[in-house]
Amino acid sequence: MTRSFLGMPATAPPGVGHLRGTEPFPAAARRALSDAQLRRNLGHATATIRGRSAAVIGEVPDWPGLRAAGRAIKTDTMARLPELLEQLEAAVTAAGGTVHWAADAVQANRIVTDLVRATGADRVMKVKSMVTQEIGLNEALEAAGIEPVETDLAELIVQLGDDRPSHILVPAIHRNRSEIREIFLRAMPGVDRALTDEPAALAAAARRHLRQTFLSTRVAVSGANFAVAETGTLAVVESEGNGRMCLTLPETLITVMGIEKVIPTWRDLEVFLQLLPRASTGERMNPYTSMWTGVTPGDGPQAFHLVLLDNGRSAVLADPVGRQALHCIRCSACLNVCPVYERTGGHAYGSVYPGPIGAVLSPQLTGVADNASLPYASSLCGACYDACPVMIDIPSILVHLRGQAPHPRAEATAMAAAAYTMDHPALYAAAQRAVRLGRLAGRRGRGLPPPLSGWTASRDLPEPPRQTFRQWWAER
Amino acid sequence: MSAREVILGRLRAALGGPVPAPAEVARDYRGPGSAVVDLDLFVERLTDYRATVHRCADADVAGTVDAVLGGRRVVVPPGLPRHWLPDSVTAVPDDDLGVDVVAAADGVVTGAAVAVAETGTIVLDAAADQGRRLITLLPDVHVCVLRADQVVATVPDALARVGPYRPLTWISGPSATSDIELSRVEGVHGPRNLHVVLVAAESGTPVDRELEAQG
Amino acid sequence: MMRVALFVTCLADTLFPQAAIATVRLLERLGHEVVFPEGQTCCGQMHVNTGYPGDALRLVRRHVRVFAPYDVVVAPSGSCVGSVRHQHATVARGAGDERLAGRAEDVAARTYELSEFLVDVLGVTDVGAYYPHRVTYHPTCHSLRMLRVGDRPLRLLRAVRGLDLVELPQAEQCCGFGGTFAVKNADTSTAMLADKMRHVLATRADVCTAGDASCLMHIGGGLSRLRAGVRTVHLAEILASTEAGPADAPAPTTGGTR
Ligand code: SF4
Repeated sequence: MTRSFLGMPATAPPGVGHLRGTEPFPAAARRALSDAQLRRNLGHATATIRGRSAAVIGEVPDWPGLRAAGRAIKTDTMARLPELLEQLEAAVTAAGGTVHWAADAVQANRIVTDLVRATGADRVMKVKSMVTQEIGLNEALEAAGIEPVETDLAELIVQLGDDRPSHILVPAIHRNRSEIREIFLRAMPGVDRALTDEPAALAAAARRHLRQTFLSTRVAVSGANFAVAETGTLAVVESEGNGRMCLTLPETLITVMGIEKVIPTWRDLEVFLQLLPRASTGERMNPYTSMWTGVTPGDGPQAFHLVLLDNGRSAVLADPVGRQALHCIRCSACLNVCPVYERTGGHAYGSVYPGPIGAVLSPQLTGVADNASLPYASSLCGACYDACPVMIDIPSILVHLRGQAPHPRAEATAMAAAAYTMDHPALYAAAQRAVRLGRLAGRRGRGLPPPLSGWTASRDLPEPPRQTFRQWWAER
Repeated sequence: MSAREVILGRLRAALGGPVPAPAEVARDYRGPGSAVVDLDLFVERLTDYRATVHRCADADVAGTVDAVLGGRRVVVPPGLPRHWLPDSVTAVPDDDLGVDVVAAADGVVTGAAVAVAETGTIVLDAAADQGRRLITLLPDVHVCVLRADQVVATVPDALARVGPYRPLTWISGPSATSDIELSRVEGVHGPRNLHVVLVAAESGTPVDRELEAQG
Repeated sequence: MMRVALFVTCLADTLFPQAAIATVRLLERLGHEVVFPEGQTCCGQMHVNTGYPGDALRLVRRHVRVFAPYDVVVAPSGSCVGSVRHQHATVARGAGDERLAGRAEDVAARTYELSEFLVDVLGVTDVGAYYPHRVTYHPTCHSLRMLRVGDRPLRLLRAVRGLDLVELPQAEQCCGFGGTFAVKNADTSTAMLADKMRHVLATRADVCTAGDASCLMHIGGGLSRLRAGVRTVHLAEILASTEAGPADAPAPTTGGTR
């Protein structure tokens, strides 16, 4: 059991869940970069989604106003988070639901496992949810002898392929249609051997495969896109109908939700239901959105549990600069426009949260030291900030977190020395001349010493000029 | 100490200071009532996402349903106007039908609470002419009958007309996925065929859904 | 006539003086007085972006002190102007120096990237330049998304006589430089550079230009390694070039090796 102290914002504990990678980003990225199939799949998929999203965003005349409102609502939410959570709890309880609080992944996994056990079920069906991946719920359920069945097509592909998710929205984005066909042929029981790699045929195979599971499973676990404090209403946004199946058919529904997903009022939904689909799948509206408030007699699950998860979020909230990472509505637009993500894919980030948002969220949830390479996994090009429907200034958070990252001692010494030199113009001018002398003295042409050699491995350094600008100016 | 107290304590410590009043959010976008309904746009948007649209008079709804579901077994929510059903279908009234019975039906006919022109979305609020959520989920064909005056322009318009009183299902086209190479493919777990029957508004409509939605 | 303080940037000062010299010649040709505050060194962006805001503080303080006396500050770099506008006050505030933050905001409000200064402040798009080459323009990320210079550089280039401007495919994609990024994530940076070079080569331009010496160093370094035969030239050099005084055409701005 994790010890928690009142009043101390805490990061997510290690040893559980999937917020920490096993190797630094540059090493993992290096492997991904040499995977030609991965590069092709990602390039194709991200280009497709960028085009579709831009087209449907272009149809909306008030997109900037919606973005600004989205940001304002989220800022207000974070400023009043404890009060809104209490309001949500009261509303859900009044509507017949039960609210549970989980300080971290260990507690959340235990709460869900106990709830499933209490029903006597040995299988649960799951709607794709980032937060249950974050806490490693599937592993915890399996350890307790409960079989989790992923029902989202991409999650199914990942689960059957014994793979890891690589994208917030489309966890199997790193797979193309022929790879998906092979996974289905290998791992889907009773699949038609004549299965083609037509996307429609693959989707139909998933439909047949999961149908009986939907009809016979008594417990479902979901995440939530939004939870309205004012009314106690939960919303799940999806495409395939697997969400509706899980939210409607079982006797017991357990929804695990990060505490940052609460929004103050019913009316606020009008902003996010417009922002999310267009930024996310590039649709005017996703095929299905389900909203429910507690329990409805005679319709849907008659037992509803809401698990509110902290797992490091309080630590994120404690940083006034980093806090805005909690505004994220998980649309994945920042991934789709990121030149780094497009080339390395999601696995390189280690955490379940990849791409630009992952690079700012994961280190804050775990403490920067545990994900120290992620704030540097960006060229700070700013494409993510422009694409984000709730205007999260990801580049500024990246820079902010770099200031908290542990630095190699040699680098820190060199940077301090450089700052000192640059604060003394005479020393600075001498150093400028030394650049030329150094190059003349032997490091001619291509080389720089490590770690700068990384840059010159594939690029030539410019010839040092005969004169610096200030020499030219002085002689003029 | 309970996890609840721990979390709330952490959050209050993280924020520090007194609790601010709710912020005034600038809603610099088209709110409820600020856009004009365009029925042709609604039809275009539905069609774009592979729903089939039929436009007819209230008296011709049964004929349209006959063309789609004639000769098949059709689940019927308790409050569906009976004159929408042709004699050619086998009506299976939903009086708490088992899941397997609903799943075995060929189709379902319902009304709707409201629809959004700009996004091609219909919203079901589980009122008596729409029924329980599962009956519009398991059968492969969903025929949804809408009066023209139920169509609003935008998402804010629609949210202003419905509420948290009953479960809501927002439907935009048939079930689909973007999970394979991020291209949209229709037809996964939900109904693979969505037919929207758009009825020209006329006085003396058989069911006053506005009233019913409040009740 | 205006009195313009040149913010040369450490990179142009040390490695690409021709871009800075061109800026001086251009502004003087347009009838303005250019001064060079000699106390300037580096804006501190490298320190901030590498995670050393504490070390950057002294450089911010120096920058603000050196440029505070001037009404107008111009730099041939979108990135360094971006740092002045978007980072200096933050660094000062992070160190609890509210007074410095206020002064930094003051200086930032008077600091312009070259194309902004020409188009917005001076109101010129035709600077009387002549540059008979096939040129493609890379809108560097910080000019594009931090400063929002928009099409100002293109408007300036379109008015250059003799210049054949060709559009760069996927121009808005980052070239992969990112300062410390190119060092710490050299492999990913190279992958991004490869695509940028592919697009530059597809234009069949002989010159790739931009408003930032840093990105040009990166792109030019890659093109040079490929012996691609395409030069990188700073926007200021093109705008400074005239029939009477052409830019140093034979000597490539970047990428020379021996
Ligand atoms: S950070 Fe913004 S763009 Fe990225 S997933 Fe979150 S909401 Fe979407």
